[in-house]
Amino acid sequence: MSGLLVSAAESAGRPRPGLLRRLPRSGVAMVGLALVLFWVVLALLAPVLPLADPNAQDYLAMAHPGSSAKHWLGVDPLGRDMLSRLIWGGRTVLAVAPTAVLAAYAAGIAMGLLAGYYRGWVDVAISRISDVILSFPVVVLYVILIANIGPSALNIVVAVVLASAPGIARIVRGLTLSLIHQEFVAAAYLRRETDLFVMLIEVLPNCRAPLITDFCLRLGYTTITIGTLGFLGLGLPPPAPDWGGMVKQATSMITVFPHMALYPAIAIVTLILGFNLLADGLTELSQAD
Amino acid sequence: MTRYILRRTLEMLVTLLVASFLVFVVTEFSPGNVARKTLGAFALQEQVDLLYKKLHLNDPLLVRYVRWVGVLTGIEADPLQDPALGLGFKDPRRARYFGNFGYSTLYKAPVNDVLWDRLGNTALLAGLAFAVIVPLSLVLGVLAGMRAGSVLDRALSTLAIVMTSIPEYALGVLLVAVFVVALGVLPGTSPLDPNAGWSIAAQLVLPVSVLALYDAGYVARIVRASMAEVMARPFVRTAVLKGLPRRQVIVNHALRNALIAPFTVILLQINWLIGGVVVTELVFAYPGFGRMLLDASLFGDVALIEAATLVALFVATATQLLSDVGYRVLDPQARR
Repeated sequence: MSGLLVSAAESAGRPRPGLLRRLPRSGVAMVGLALVLFWVVLALLAPVLPLADPNAQDYLAMAHPGSSAKHWLGVDPLGRDMLSRLIWGGRTVLAVAPTAVLAAYAAGIAMGLLAGYYRGWVDVAISRISDVILSFPVVVLYVILIANIGPSALNIVVAVVLASAPGIARIVRGLTLSLIHQEFVAAAYLRRETDLFVMLIEVLPNCRAPLITDFCLRLGYTTITIGTLGFLGLGLPPPAPDWGGMVKQATSMITVFPHMALYPAIAIVTLILGFNLLADGLTELSQAD
Repeated sequence: MTRYILRRTLEMLVTLLVASFLVFVVTEFSPGNVARKTLGAFALQEQVDLLYKKLHLNDPLLVRYVRWVGVLTGIEADPLQDPALGLGFKDPRRARYFGNFGYSTLYKAPVNDVLWDRLGNTALLAGLAFAVIVPLSLVLGVLAGMRAGSVLDRALSTLAIVMTSIPEYALGVLLVAVFVVALGVLPGTSPLDPNAGWSIAAQLVLPVSVLALYDAGYVARIVRASMAEVMARPFVRTAVLKGLPRRQVIVNHALRNALIAPFTVILLQINWLIGGVVVTELVFAYPGFGRMLLDASLFGDVALIEAATLVALFVATATQLLSDVGYRVLDPQARR
């Protein structure tokens, strides 16, 4: 039945349903979406859930830091409630990672469109700078940047933009180069549309399928990055709950109280897995075309 | 081919030069300066100011950068090692020589004394990880891509995604929890000290596993995609239709073509390995290059950061060149 509908829609000249609309067809993507939504919902509900203050210390609980009726997942090395810190930490990651990736996308799309559209020296300048940045091992770039400009949420965003925008620019530039000779772009020129209109209205929307997949992948990478920076001591300054920082803080006690390091590690893995499965499902869907 | 390699080598040198300048600019944002870091937190401000002046640190950024390049190429002597300053910073090699990375304010030793030992330790770690990644990812990828869409493919592909979703520090924690805390069969730290109670080999198992498992998942996915693509090509179908045994089709026909694309990816993986070692070395207290870079960055040791960046970038760009040249050799179509 649905097959009939799709073919009818296609014969009527209407576009196929978008990549995101077809998402439910991929089991992998749905599992990924469920994992991501699990954390998103918890993060959104954090202020209304009956959680302990993530920074309040319960000195009595430090004697027995494991699970208890008061602290379901136990407490961390400083006696702070693990469950609360995990959920509030998820809130931080889920706020910083998309912001950083979106900002990187804004910069990368601008660079890629300009380079692919105008070619010439603009292209050479943008591509050369991108090449230099892309030849850095990513973690090395992050470490040098954050260590020098200081650890904060804003600086993490700045570092992610600097490190990821060139990669996004490269994808957009390639797509722009292939789209610029299409008929609908020529039609836009005939209508005397401006360069900006052609770039943003004609070219950019046609880049979306590969970019949506890349976006999910980058969300995963950026979540890894934020965690890694936290673990390296370059994440959000304490006492903010930060999953990577929580793992780092607990590693010294891992032989005694492994749960303190394990829970945040599992939290990070589930969220990253969610983004990666979502990206994988999207790739599969777009390749099935 | 020779011209191509020469051109690429030249590009590589330009990249290294530009990158080193960028790092120089970024370290400008760091609080404190070389003079303060040399003398320590307890030096008087007058002493710091005097050294600041003697080192000509108020020169424009570009002048200082050119001076740094001069020291590196052996044209100029490192101002920090000037005996007239009375700091006692002395490089036992010579005052001027090619490849002089200057003096580390963090370790209070010439960078060349600090850098290479640690780089050797890291090369051992990364080399062993590489020796695990390549066969592991090839086996996983080829088995999965052999029959795209099969149950085996689904299972192995999911395994590969899970592997790439566990960052090094999380994997480190998980493995330590199992093998160190629960089972007690491996050490949780790897200082590469034979007197640490465990053999060097035992100390290497966990760091190598962490590095290898994370990267192997990614490479396996590339191998799988390439293998699945080749298996769908007409020449493979012809080989199957003419009655060749499946094993022979895969080994003689498909594999050769399927491994060209992953070859480049595997070499580019070295770039990721360098990043991975920073984290892994911190997890296991491994005396390597990555931890040194982290310490240098946190301390603001410009000479050491510059040297470490240059080495990391050199490795990254050199493997990129190697992979591009290899690709041209392997795939005749790319040569034209």
